[in-house]
Amino acid sequence: MIVTTTKGDMDDSLLEKREGSLDNDNESTTWVEYWLSGELVHRSVHVALKKNVSSAVEAASFN
Amino acid sequence: MANTQAMTTSFMGELMTATHNFGTAPVRATGATDSFKGALYLASATYNASTTAYSATGEVSGTNYTAGGVAVTFGTPPTATNSSTTAGVAFVTPSASITYTNVTLTTAFDAVLIYNSTQSNKAVSVHTFGSQTVTAGTFTLTMPSNTTTTALIRLATT
Repeated sequence: MIVTTTKGDMDDSLLEKREGSLDNDNESTTWVEYWLSGELVHRSVHVALKKNVSSAVEAASFN
Repeated sequence: MANTQAMTTSFMGELMTATHNFGTAPVRATGATDSFKGALYLASATYNASTTAYSATGEVSGTNYTAGGVAVTFGTPPTATNSSTTAGVAFVTPSASITYTNVTLTTAFDAVLIYNSTQSNKAVSVHTFGSQTVTAGTFTLTMPSNTTTTALIRLATT
């Protein structure tokens, strides 16, 4: 697979792949990194938002 | 200094004057849906409920990132649903993920501001997430399901 890197497009067989994830009430996030000789040359992140912004709406009474 | 996830107060006020239009407005110069954008902000910025409009202050910068961010598509109009005779919820969610392609953003960022680029860049909402950087890669924000309880933007009565 070809990976876009800071060095240009490279075959992933030449790179070290590292992956990570984070999951909490607000988000479910994954990321993938490709390293070349100890240098980070690619990092992509995918954040799935779980928490919305919500606002209560209220109509006041006259009495 | 920190960003805070919130519905901006200005947006709530502007709903009452039809400044924002996610669907088709009954009375307006044009019935077309407004255009919205999503801009990313550094973890050191302070965008929150008091934010009134897009600003370049504190915005990320880097390779292939354009100031102002990218388009946010609301392909589905807002939905209003009654949950009882006295309560209901109106909600809307972007119909596609927000994607920043082949960018390099080396300073940590942790928030996206959704704003109305048709209406003077007025702010809609701030959404925070864990601090991230991107290197020659893609940053994607996937939306929650567009339901009464999970939609990205909700106005509810109880």
